[in-house]
Amino acid sequence: MASGVGRSASVLRAFVSNFSLRTLSNEHFLSGLRCVSCLHKRGYSTPAPTVRAQYGGRHTVTLMAGDGVGPELMGHVKQVFRYAGVPVDFEEIRLDREHNDSEAFRQALLAVKRNGTALKGSVETGIDSPTGSLNAQLRTELDLFASVIKVQSIPGVQTRHDNIDVVIIRENTEGEYSNLEHENVPGVVESLKIITAAKSTRIARYAFNYAVEHGRKKVTAVHKANIMKLGDGLFLECCRKVSEEFPQIEFESMIIDNCSMQMVSRPQQFDVMVLPNLYGNIVGNIAAGLTGGQGVVPGMNIGENYAIFESGTRNSGRSIAGKDIANPAAMLLASADLLEHIGLKSHSELIRDAVIKVIVEDKIHTPDLGGQATTVQVVQAVIGHVREKTKQWYSHVH
Amino acid sequence: MATRVLKSLLAPSVRTLCRRYSSQDARTVTLIPGDGIGPEISAAVQQIFSAAQVPISWEAVDVTPVKGPDGKFRIPPKAIESMNKNKLGLKGPLATPIGKGHPSLNLALRKEFSLYANVRPCKSVEGYETVYKDVDLVTIRENTEGEYSGIEHIIVDGVVQSIKLITEQASRRVAEFAFEYAKLNGRDMVTAVHKANIMRMSDGLFLKCCRAAAEKHKDIKFNEMYLDTVCLNMVQDPSQFDVLVMPNLYGDILSDLCAGLIGGLGVTPSGNIGENGAAIFESVHGTAPDIAGQDKANPTALLLSAVMMLRHMGLTEHARKIEKACFETIREGNVRTADLGGSSKCSEYTQEICRKVEAMD
Amino acid sequence: MESAMRIFRSRGVSKLTHQLLKRCLHSSTVARMAITPRSEPVSHPEGKQRVTLVPGDGVGPEIMSSVQAVFTDAGVPVEFEEFHISEVNPKMNAKHDDVINSFLTNGVGLKGIIATPTHFKGGVLQTLNMRLRKEMDLYANVVHVKSLPGVRTRHNNLDFLIIREQTEGEYSALEHESVSGVVESLKIITREKSRRIAKFAFDYATKHGRSKVTAVHKANIMKLGDGLFLECCQEISELYPKIQFESMIIDNCCMQLVSNPYQFDVMVMPNLYGNIVDNLAAGLVGGAGVVAGESYSQDVAVFQPGARHSFAQAMGRDIANPTAMILSACNMLKHMHLEYHSKLIEDALLRVIKAGKVLTPDMNGFSTMSDFTNAIVHQLHS
Repeated sequence: MASGVGRSASVLRAFVSNFSLRTLSNEHFLSGLRCVSCLHKRGYSTPAPTVRAQYGGRHTVTLMAGDGVGPELMGHVKQVFRYAGVPVDFEEIRLDREHNDSEAFRQALLAVKRNGTALKGSVETGIDSPTGSLNAQLRTELDLFASVIKVQSIPGVQTRHDNIDVVIIRENTEGEYSNLEHENVPGVVESLKIITAAKSTRIARYAFNYAVEHGRKKVTAVHKANIMKLGDGLFLECCRKVSEEFPQIEFESMIIDNCSMQMVSRPQQFDVMVLPNLYGNIVGNIAAGLTGGQGVVPGMNIGENYAIFESGTRNSGRSIAGKDIANPAAMLLASADLLEHIGLKSHSELIRDAVIKVIVEDKIHTPDLGGQATTVQVVQAVIGHVREKTKQWYSHVH
Repeated sequence: MATRVLKSLLAPSVRTLCRRYSSQDARTVTLIPGDGIGPEISAAVQQIFSAAQVPISWEAVDVTPVKGPDGKFRIPPKAIESMNKNKLGLKGPLATPIGKGHPSLNLALRKEFSLYANVRPCKSVEGYETVYKDVDLVTIRENTEGEYSGIEHIIVDGVVQSIKLITEQASRRVAEFAFEYAKLNGRDMVTAVHKANIMRMSDGLFLKCCRAAAEKHKDIKFNEMYLDTVCLNMVQDPSQFDVLVMPNLYGDILSDLCAGLIGGLGVTPSGNIGENGAAIFESVHGTAPDIAGQDKANPTALLLSAVMMLRHMGLTEHARKIEKACFETIREGNVRTADLGGSSKCSEYTQEICRKVEAMD
Repeated sequence: MESAMRIFRSRGVSKLTHQLLKRCLHSSTVARMAITPRSEPVSHPEGKQRVTLVPGDGVGPEIMSSVQAVFTDAGVPVEFEEFHISEVNPKMNAKHDDVINSFLTNGVGLKGIIATPTHFKGGVLQTLNMRLRKEMDLYANVVHVKSLPGVRTRHNNLDFLIIREQTEGEYSALEHESVSGVVESLKIITREKSRRIAKFAFDYATKHGRSKVTAVHKANIMKLGDGLFLECCQEISELYPKIQFESMIIDNCCMQLVSNPYQFDVMVMPNLYGNIVDNLAAGLVGGAGVVAGESYSQDVAVFQPGARHSFAQAMGRDIANPTAMILSACNMLKHMHLEYHSKLIEDALLRVIKAGKVLTPDMNGFSTMSDFTNAIVHQLHS
C-alpha cells in the first residue's frame, strides 16, 4: 500500500513537472537587462527568461486575478507562497469584466512586459464585446505562441480512463483566433483563419524540442487538411518538414474529428500533440475532462520573451465563484510552474509536492474530484505540508 | 602688517600673481552685459560703482559670436582684444545659443584666457532667510580639466567611455591659488575635496598636489575630506567649512549646492581666475528672458561679483562699502526685488544701495 | 491566530498542546476565512534562515552587536554567518572567496562599512568594496531618505529614494598615468547597465507605490556618456505610463536638495552622483547614523547603512548610533518575508527616538549606544 502510494505520487509528480525553458532568441530590446547569472541559492539554476524583474533574489510577477473564481484562488496562492517563503512579490493588475477597456488592457500588457511573467485568472469576454477576447489578445500581443497543457491521470481520482499521459502543444497566436470577421452582406459573415509557414514551423519545432528534452517518443500533428487543404495543409507540411530534423522522434498526423474520437476511446495512444489554435482548445478540454476536470490541470503560455501561467482550461468558473468549492490545485500547480520558470526550483517543488500529497495521499478532494472538501480545507492541508517541510528546509540546504 | 611680511616671503612666481592686488591706478574693465536681464543689471552695477566713486572705467563689448572667415562661429576679435588689454572682465548672464556650430561662450572665454579656477564665496545673506543661517565659505574649483575634459568616445555600440584627466600642473596651480586666496582674504583653513579612496590615481594626484601646497603654506590649516563626507556634513553644519578646493566636477556640484544653502544663484557671486592676471567675474544665474526689460531683475549676484573683482584688484575699501550697502539694504527689507521676497523694482533697489553708499562718505 | 500561537510557543507550551491548539484554531477560523483568504502578516516559513554578516571597520562590530541583541530579544528566526574583512587592517581577514560564497548561498547579507585607506601605494586599483560589489554584481544601491520623528533637522517630513548604479561609471578602477604628472581616469557608461538600473528604479517605484522617477545626470557636458544614461532612462520610462519621469542636472539637483527637497520621489543616477546625493540627503535627515541602505544584484541583497562612513574615531567609545543598521536590518527582514519581526523592531526603534529620552550624541542625546539598545529592547516588551 505504502509503496503503491509512493509510486502514484511519483507518477503524479511527473504529471505536473515542468519543462525547462529553452533559451530562446533574445532579440528583444530588453535583452540587455539580462545579467550574468551567478551561483544560485537553493538550486536556482534554470535558464533565465529574457525579461525579468528580479532583485536580490526577489521577483516581481504580474498577477491578474480575472473573473469568477480567479480572485479567491489568487488569494490562496498568495497565502501558500507566504508560508513557503517564496521570494515573489505580485504586481496586481485589474483585467476583468469591470476593467476591460483598452486602457486596462494596455496596463496589463505593459505590466507583463515589465515583469516578464504573469499568473492569470481567466477574463470573461462578453459575446457582444467589440474587442474580442482579451485573453487571446494578450497572448497575441505578447507573442506567446505556445500553449502547453500536460494532462495525466491522477492516481486516486476515479475516472473512465487510466494511464493517460498527454502533452498538448497548441499554436496560440493565429489560426481561427485572429479576430478577423466581417459581415459581407447582411446575414453573411466571413471569419478568417490565418495559417502561416513561419508560425507553423515555430510551433512544430517547439513541440519536437519539447519531446526531445522531456524524453517523449512521438509527436502527433492534428489537422483538417482533407478539407482545408491549403491552410491546414500548410500546417501539416511544416510539421512534416520539421519532423525530418528529428529522426529519433516518431511523427504521425491525425484528422481532428478522428482525433477527438480516439481521445475518448483510447487516449493512451497519444504522447505529444501539436495543433493549430482552435483544435488545441478543443482537444485540451477533452483531455482535461478525461482526467478529472479543469481543477487540476495547469496551463502555460510561452513566448520568446514572456510567459503567462494559468489554469489549463481557461474557464473563469463563474458558477462556483464565492462558494468555496473551487479546486485550487490547478492554480497552485500553475504557480509552481511559474516558480520553476523563473528559477525558484526548490520553492516550486515544495508547493507541487504538497499539492500532490494532498490529492493523492490525504485524498482531500473538492466536489469536482468527487470529494466533500472545501477550497479552504484543501489549501490548509497544502499549507500544513509546506510548513512541515520548511521547518527543516533552511537547515537542510546548507 | 603680517600679510605684507608674508607677501615678501613668497616665491617669485607667486609674487607676480599678487602684484595686481596692490595696484591703485584707475583701471579699465571690460564689461560684457550679456543677454536677457544682463543689460539692466549691468547698468545697475555701473550706477552703484559711480556712486561709490570706484576708480574704474568700463569698456562694454558684445560677445555675440560672429562667423569667421573659415565659417566657424567665434567670439568677436574686438572683445578678445579688449580682454587681452584690460585683463579684467565683468560678465552678465549669457544665453546659450541653441543649435550646432555655436561654441559655448563660457567655454570659449575660459579657454581663451585659461581661466583655471572658479571661485564662489557663499555667505548667508542676512534678512533673506533660508534654513541655513551660518554659511560662510568659499568653493574653489579647478576649471580646465577633470571630468569635463570633453574627451568621450563610443567604444562599441552601447558602451561609452569618458575620460577624466588630472594633471600635476593644473592641480598644483589651483591648489596654490586656493592657499593664496585663503591668505589674502583672511581665511583660516583650506579643505581639499576628493574621492581618492575610489579614484586612487587621479584624485590621488590632485590630493598630492594639495598636500604639497599645504606644506608651503603652514599658516593656513589644511585638511582633506571625501566628497561624500563633505556633502553629508555640508547640509548638517556648513559652518565647519572655510575654503574648499576640488577638481572640476565636484566643484561644479558643490558650488551649486552651497549656493542652494544661501538662497540660490541670485545672491551668489562668482569669479574665474586665469593665468597672467586675467580674471572674469560673473553672475551665474540664467538670463531670465521672461522678466527682461521689465525692471524686475535682481542685480545682487552681479554686484557681489563686481565686489569680488574690487577685492581682486586691491580696492578693498570700495569693496567693503558697496558690499555693506547691499547687505544692509537686503537686511532692512524695505526695498527688495521680487525674488528676494520684496516688491521693489530693480531701479529702486539700485537707488537704495547708491543712497547708502553715498551716505557712508 | 498566528500571534496567539506565538505567545503560546514562546511560553514553552508542549508540542502536543501546541498541535491541539493549532487544530482547534484551524477549525474555528475556517468558516471566517471561507470567502476571503486570510492575509495576516505573520505567516512565514518555519525554521531559521541564515544571513551573512560582515561587521566592517570602525564602529561596525559594536553596532552589529547592538543589532544582534535586538534580534535575539525579538526572537527573530535568523542565524548569522559572520565574516571579518577589512582593508585597513587586513590581518584577520576571512578568505575572500568564502565571504562571496556565503553571500551567494544565503542570498541575504547584513554589512557594516569597510573603510578604504586614502593613501594609494600602488598595486590593485579596485578597493575591497568595489571588488565585493563587482563579484556579486550588486549593481543597484537604494537609500531611503526618511525623516525620523524625534530627530531634529532643518528639513522635516522628507521621504524619498535614491537609486544608484554602482558597478560602472567613475568607479571603473581604470586609471593610468599617460605621461608623468598626467593621470587619466576612465568613466564607463554602457547601455546594458544603464537600462538595467533604470528598470530597477522603475520596478522599485512600482513596487513601493511611488509616483515619480527623476534621472540625475550631467548630459549637458558629458553628452555621450551621461547622454546614453539619460536616453536609457527615457526608453525604460515608456514601459511605466503610471510613473512620471523627469530629469535633472546633478549640480542643480544638489541645489534643489538643500532648498526644496520635497519635490523628489525616486531618483536614479550613475555611480559618483549617487555617492554624492546619498550623503547629501543623509545629511538632510540627521546624518550617517540614521539612514538605511540596501544593495541588490539579481540574486543577492545586501543591507547596510545608506551613508558609508566607518566612524573610526568613535570606535570603542560606545557612542555610535546603531539606528541606520537596525533600520537596514528591518528592511532585510521585510525582504526575507519576516514582516512581523521587521515591524516589531522598527516600531520599537521609532518609539525610542520619538520619545527622545534615550538618544546617542549624534541625535543630540546624551546616552551611550548600550543604553539606546537597551531602550529598544525594553520597548519590544511593552
